[in-house]
Amino acid sequence: MIWETTRLALRSIRRNILRSFLTLLGIVIGVAAVIAMITIGSGTTQRVRDDISKLGSNLLVVRAARPDRAGSTSFTLSPLDDRDLAALRRGVEDAKAVSAAAQRSVRVVYGAQNTAADVTGTDSDYFTARDWNIALGRPFNESEVRGGTPVCVIGQTVRALFFGGGDPDGEQIRVGRLSCRVIGVLEPKGTSGFGQDQDNVVMMPLTAFQRRVAGNDRIDSLFVAAADGVATSDVQAEIETVMRETRRIAPGAEDNFEVRDMTQVADAMASATTTMTGMLGAVAGVSLLVGGIGIMNIMLVSVTERTREIGIRLAIGAHERDILVQFLVEATVLSLLGGLIGIAIGLGLAGLASSLLSIPFAPSAAVILLAVGFSALIGMVFGFFPALRGARLDPIDALRHE
Amino acid sequence: MTAGPLITFENVWKTYGRGEAAVHALAGVNLAIGGGEFVAIMGPSGSGKSTSMNIIGCLDTPSSGRHGFMGVDAGQLDRGARATLRNRYIGFVFQGYNLLPRTTAAENVELPLIYRGVAARERRALAMQALAEVGLAGREHHTPAELSGGQQQRVAIARAIVTRPTLLVADEPTGNLDTARSHEIMELMTRLNEENGLTVVMVTHEADIAAYARRTVSFLDGRVASDSAALEVA
Repeated sequence: MIWETTRLALRSIRRNILRSFLTLLGIVIGVAAVIAMITIGSGTTQRVRDDISKLGSNLLVVRAARPDRAGSTSFTLSPLDDRDLAALRRGVEDAKAVSAAAQRSVRVVYGAQNTAADVTGTDSDYFTARDWNIALGRPFNESEVRGGTPVCVIGQTVRALFFGGGDPDGEQIRVGRLSCRVIGVLEPKGTSGFGQDQDNVVMMPLTAFQRRVAGNDRIDSLFVAAADGVATSDVQAEIETVMRETRRIAPGAEDNFEVRDMTQVADAMASATTTMTGMLGAVAGVSLLVGGIGIMNIMLVSVTERTREIGIRLAIGAHERDILVQFLVEATVLSLLGGLIGIAIGLGLAGLASSLLSIPFAPSAAVILLAVGFSALIGMVFGFFPALRGARLDPIDALRHE
Repeated sequence: MTAGPLITFENVWKTYGRGEAAVHALAGVNLAIGGGEFVAIMGPSGSGKSTSMNIIGCLDTPSSGRHGFMGVDAGQLDRGARATLRNRYIGFVFQGYNLLPRTTAAENVELPLIYRGVAARERRALAMQALAEVGLAGREHHTPAELSGGQQQRVAIARAIVTRPTLLVADEPTGNLDTARSHEIMELMTRLNEENGLTVVMVTHEADIAAYARRTVSFLDGRVASDSAALEVA
């Protein structure tokens, strides 16, 4: 019986193929938008999470900051220095690694080639703290850091520009006015979520950087990697205690530094993406609503056009329920068809977007099933009123209908 | 089946509108039709013949009075029960054929069986048989547009009898047909009445068509004006 009705519905849709197609557009566009949005959105979220995990997921970053209270007495920044580094190394027990870094964009030259790279002066713990491995060669050691030896480790972009696929070990490159020897190459990290090339970098011992590149003894950031199995929030509390002690901040006074937990940053970015996806999804939902009203409209037209047919069916013994089911199935099949076309288009769009934006293509079976179910539901909900109207017709009036 | 007449009207009234504007389509009709009869209902337009036809066919209910069908007070039944009654015991033939367009003869004939829940294979066999009975074997896959008026009315008759009903209700069955075709249809209906014992109630305004029936009931102003063979109403 239900198969009969479905066949009947398909036949009736085919008879008015253009009208059916136009009716479907609303549903098609709505479902396509939802599918594309959610697929692209979850691809982006995945991408952001990957980026953050590249950054080191149990990483805490300490930076100098003004107390953020308005009208605060001190407007000068108290920069980080060696004492802060020493205090954190000594005082934070749950740290796997503590590292100091200073950064500047500097022109880097090799032979006839030159580029502006992000040059970081740091220590040997940096690679541990940021969970960043050496692909080729070795990192600088503690004695090189202490002695300020002009050696450097370069990122993949710099390597590709200067040396192509070759081994740069022992080559001399010029960083600003300092000539320094390449001892290693970093693993690739790719582009960050903000579109920054994380491989266009040169790393060198902090002392060498401070004295001969930056010309000051400033430290920009302190990186603390939490020990395995320790919550970053606990480590954050330890850092804050140590920093307040060493900087002699009176109880009740504002911090003149800030500690950022990268997992929080990751969560914040992921939730921002989710919010975006949700908002776009809501817009798509409106389109589905409009599509549903379109279906209701066309079903009302269909019921009116086929009033006589309904009269015949009622006269020869169809029950109200039979007529109701007939039109309900027709609306549902129509809307389901729109949903399926929409899913195909949505996935196509998402696939295109993911290859253009180089984000992962992340179609979700659950979302697709939901879209199928939802479009069927739209057909049922918006088809119900027209179907009921058809079913409630008086057979005598319906038979008289021209 | 219950003893007594198949169809009874006891003081049946059908009123449209209310108060001053009330129109009595039927004004106290008493009628009894037995099983196996062939009755023609005649009368000018507005005489109440169509209204009584709709009530006999269980498409409509009286405003007051009793419409008995197979011993049941059909006027008191709800829509669903009347639909079942129509599906099981009544076949309809209309002036305008009322076949589903763009649907083959066989599919049209199968329609009432679908609402009975008959399986597809059996449905097809019964439809073929009914079409053969009305002389349309070989035309099963023609759509109404590919058939003449007389053939379309034969399809409609096949659709009416495929359920093996007790009662055939025909509303001006020859109204759209030429004389030769009209007589063919009437001969077919007479044969169904005589050979199968099918009760036929037919509305017509043509005397030569009414002549096929064995009994003629004439309506005027919502009342029975004459009845060629009135049965005793209990």
